[in-house]
Amino acid sequence: MTGYGIAFMGIAWREVLRFARQRERFLAALVRPLVWLFIFAAGFRSVLGLSIVPPYETYVLYEVYVTPGLCAMIQLFNGMQSSLSMVYDRETGAMRTLLVSPYPRWFLLGSKLVAGVLVSVLQVYAFLLIAYFWGIEPPVLGYLTVLPALILSGIMLGAMGLFISSAIRQLENFAGVMNFVIFPMFFASSALYPLWRLQESSTLLHDIALANPFTHAVELIRFALYRQVEPVALLVVAGCAVGFFAASVFMYDPSKGLWGRRKGG
Amino acid sequence: MTHSDATPALDIAGVSHAFGAVRALNDVSFTVPRGAFVALLGVNGAGKTTLFSLITRLYDSTSGRVLVGGHDARRAPGEALKRLGVVFQSKALDGDLTLAQNLAYHAALHGIGRRAAKLRIAEVLEEVNLTEKAGARVSTLSGGQQRRAEIARALLHRPELLLLDEATAGLDVRARADVQALVRRLIAGGVSALWATHAMDEIAPEDLVVVLHKGEVKAQGRASELGTSLTEGFLALTGGEA
Repeated sequence: MTGYGIAFMGIAWREVLRFARQRERFLAALVRPLVWLFIFAAGFRSVLGLSIVPPYETYVLYEVYVTPGLCAMIQLFNGMQSSLSMVYDRETGAMRTLLVSPYPRWFLLGSKLVAGVLVSVLQVYAFLLIAYFWGIEPPVLGYLTVLPALILSGIMLGAMGLFISSAIRQLENFAGVMNFVIFPMFFASSALYPLWRLQESSTLLHDIALANPFTHAVELIRFALYRQVEPVALLVVAGCAVGFFAASVFMYDPSKGLWGRRKGG
Repeated sequence: MTHSDATPALDIAGVSHAFGAVRALNDVSFTVPRGAFVALLGVNGAGKTTLFSLITRLYDSTSGRVLVGGHDARRAPGEALKRLGVVFQSKALDGDLTLAQNLAYHAALHGIGRRAAKLRIAEVLEEVNLTEKAGARVSTLSGGQQRRAEIARALLHRPELLLLDEATAGLDVRARADVQALVRRLIAGGVSALWATHAMDEIAPEDLVVVLHKGEVKAQGRASELGTSLTEGFLALTGGEA
């Protein structure tokens, strides 16, 4: 194995190890979408009517509709969790040990990103397993075809978290991210309600949801879970993933971005 | 490019850095010869940590040049960083993981494969006298043990130069003495060290000293040659701020 491969495996191994140690983090990551699935979706089943929309070929229960959105929600929170740990690592100094590795910074950040995605994919599959016993039964092959979509959407949301972490100066500022990034992204998307439903209520909200990259991550996962590809969602998610990652690398570059402006001692 | 033994372990020439309008370092120049212990002496806020951040390429200097073992930290950062072992002022090990797990992670960050890492981890733990703590969570180690563990981490990839930023900060007298003795032993073994400190009692008369104050080198040379008393000289240079 080359030095790059060893370094990547080391970074991925640490992420998995940390995740395994933090059982409450795993539980929290699972409980959050399950609460939505078991309580919210059950409660709103009769209130929110759904027409037949692709990729579904028949009427589906509301629980079935929200499942892909909840998968994306897991990845969104995981991306933000990674971002939070990056800010924490930076404040405590642990980040420096990563950045003084002789490998290029884009590679180190990319490895950390991919390692975080691996963890989020494991979380999503654990959620889908529980959802299966709740009656959410996508095609068996869908569990396989959704994997690339989960990886891509995980990379996009993780890269967004990476970018946010580079822009946040203090851990205390992170509460703002919850209020101004996570919640608006989640609620102004197709995770909980189809876009046509939003359009009926507000054209502006529909347009905002359409411009929201999270909507496209949800749709990419939704179609992939039913063995289909949504080309617009694929392009938007791939484009945003590249854009967010490039912006993160810029921000963490020693000669550019915010690092050079941080005061030392 | 090959570099002879005459090439300094660290060569800093005309380095300046500013954070916006605040000038943190101004035209800093000095060298760390191979196999030497150099104390970087300065009060808090003198610019020591900023200088370390530039050497480790956490960010780039506004101007000047940093050569590590003859390799330009800006043009060939990988080659420069390979030769550096860094002990930061703040704790850098993951308290949730065991000492051995932490070291395995850092070995991987330097491209050391699992089998070689296992052997090397055993070596460095023996060197810092922490072999029996390999399986302990880092958060359960004492302050002195954690600093020695940080040094073990910095030594994993056999660096030519150790950078130690206030390595004894917050330690009791015995733990401080242990860490100092360990670094002196490493110097005797051929490693070079740049030891940033504001504690005068950590400097021996034969040590090379660079006095940094308000981002500028105020004096450099053998401690014994920096006036009749280095303490008096340091206080005079820094206006009594030590």
